[in-house]
Amino acid sequence: MLYRENGQFKTSYADDQQLFPIAQDRWSILALTVFAFIGIPLLVDEYLLRAILIPFLILSLAALGVNILVGYCGQITLGAGAFMAVGAYAAYNFHSRLPGMPLVLSMLLGGVTAALVGIFFGIPSLRVRGLYLAVATLAAQFFTDWVFLRVPWFTDHAASGSVSVSNLQILGWQIAEPVDKYLFCLFWLTVFALLAKNMTRSAIGRQWMAIRDMDVAAEVIGIRPLFAKLSAFAVSSFYVGTAGALWGFIHLSSWEPAAFSVDRSFQLLFMVIIGGLGSIMGSFFGAAFIVILPIVLNQFLPALGRLVGLNISTAGVSHAELIIFGSLIIFFLIKEPHGIARLWSTGKEKLRLWPFPH
Amino acid sequence: MGFFLETLIGGLMAGMLYSLVALGFVLIFKASGVFNFAQGAMVLFAALAMARFSTWIPQWLGLESAALANVLAFLAAGAVMFLVAWLVERLVLRHLVNQEGATLLMATLGIAYILEGIGGTLFGSDIYKIDVGMPKEPVMILEHVFDGGLLINKEDFVAASIAALLVALLALFFQKTTTGRALRAVADDHQAAQSIGIPLHRIWFIVWCVAGVVALVAGVIWGSKLGVQFSLSTVALRGLPVVILGGLTSIPGAIIGGLIIGVGEKLSEVYLGPLIGGGIEIWFAYQLALVFLLLRPQGLFGEKIIDRV
Repeated sequence: MLYRENGQFKTSYADDQQLFPIAQDRWSILALTVFAFIGIPLLVDEYLLRAILIPFLILSLAALGVNILVGYCGQITLGAGAFMAVGAYAAYNFHSRLPGMPLVLSMLLGGVTAALVGIFFGIPSLRVRGLYLAVATLAAQFFTDWVFLRVPWFTDHAASGSVSVSNLQILGWQIAEPVDKYLFCLFWLTVFALLAKNMTRSAIGRQWMAIRDMDVAAEVIGIRPLFAKLSAFAVSSFYVGTAGALWGFIHLSSWEPAAFSVDRSFQLLFMVIIGGLGSIMGSFFGAAFIVILPIVLNQFLPALGRLVGLNISTAGVSHAELIIFGSLIIFFLIKEPHGIARLWSTGKEKLRLWPFPH
Repeated sequence: MGFFLETLIGGLMAGMLYSLVALGFVLIFKASGVFNFAQGAMVLFAALAMARFSTWIPQWLGLESAALANVLAFLAAGAVMFLVAWLVERLVLRHLVNQEGATLLMATLGIAYILEGIGGTLFGSDIYKIDVGMPKEPVMILEHVFDGGLLINKEDFVAASIAALLVALLALFFQKTTTGRALRAVADDHQAAQSIGIPLHRIWFIVWCVAGVVALVAGVIWGSKLGVQFSLSTVALRGLPVVILGGLTSIPGAIIGGLIIGVGEKLSEVYLGPLIGGGIEIWFAYQLALVFLLLRPQGLFGEKIIDRV
């Protein structure tokens, strides 16, 4: 009844091609954004910001990047953590080695470096695909793990590869409090999510999707696989790289290579598969699911155990977490292989017909 | 020369162990098209079961003989792996027929988490040791051929022989038995196999059982070498370059690939490592596999990929 596009006539091409063609979508997204910028900083306490919202925002950005590559261009990657690491360490080097380097610029340059590395490690995608490619991207993961651990130049000769940044500011705005960090990440994510949404519906996004659906056929109709695949790798690595820079600079502020291990790569792939391949919205759902679930399990399992009279040890809790996490992932994959984004769109379809489904 | 040969032989033996892990991947991929990331977790789980049963069984039954206890523990751990195979087929794979490769891969990662969790809950998360009486002391061979001879780790040698034996047995099983033929038929074409009456679900169960046994053997060997601990599940990551190098669908590929990777790793660590810093083993294996992949995208022995629109 409420969610229906009746009476919304499109009288120009601009109307027809806008980002959210349905007015209800447009207004609710706008309201959500305004709420995220103004409402949440007023309402939410520091713990929630630091433990859930900031990681959620940053990992959403990374998941967006992975989704561009895996969901839109169909190239499975298990090396996303590597590009996060490249972004973080490159941004660190730009920031610390060049005095007076603006924070935003060094992060963007970190992203650009990650994009270049991404192009390099994307070259195998021109020859191999599918699972072979997935394993090939693991090469990037282990190589960067090693580089940042063993080559001291990248970590400014810090022992154990641990580096830290401090005194972050943009034009005099100190990013020190969780609220500032949150706003910074939110702003960053909003800009890049908008960009990604538009990219996927423009010529380049259509090329990616054509390659994903059938690369030989795409080649036959005149899409250059070299350009399409490598551009997907570049854009994806740029997103993941800036997310890595945010993760290091804003969230951790002092980090070592283990922060971007192969587990992180798996985590990011989980996000896009559970959230929904080939959906911008899905990246957010997936990130929310993966960030929040372990925290919820961690908080509620001991309480649940006490309820039934079991006293679960810390080790027991962490094992139970693993089991429940794994089971939920399998459950989701079986029940909805197309991810939470599909549930969302089914829900929207139902809502359009409600309350008279026939 | 002697040193080079020593490194080479060490590499070949390490390679045999990688093949053992890789074999688990290939078996399952061939028969069900599932890229089983849980293979590492299965190795860990099997090794944990083996380690714990070999201490529990003597306590329960009051056995004295260590050898008998080990055999019983091996059988018990094998039974546990069969149970795992049954559950995986029943609860996971059966519901994911015809899904995309990536989805299946994620599902096996879920299985890996569950196995690690259950393994920790049932068997505890300390470091255990498996003692199946592997000889530990190194031996010298060919002393009259080279100065100083070649120093060979006997344990590695025994492990490599066991691995080779297992591979030979599997080859026989696949080539000569009816079940083996059915497995190969399923690997070729699921639908065609099903239409001539091969029960797909049972075949998958059998394949996961075989992979479980392979995991158990790998777990016992790696476990007695390194001790049973959670890092054991990362041997899967060691096995991956082997699989793509040899080709995802080829059992000989897994063996040859394992040998190439093993030798490449050891030689690179010894000769290249000092130049650019140590610890290059793991990524070197991947780069080696990548170079091969660029030349032959389907791996050394994989089936040729034919593109059709």
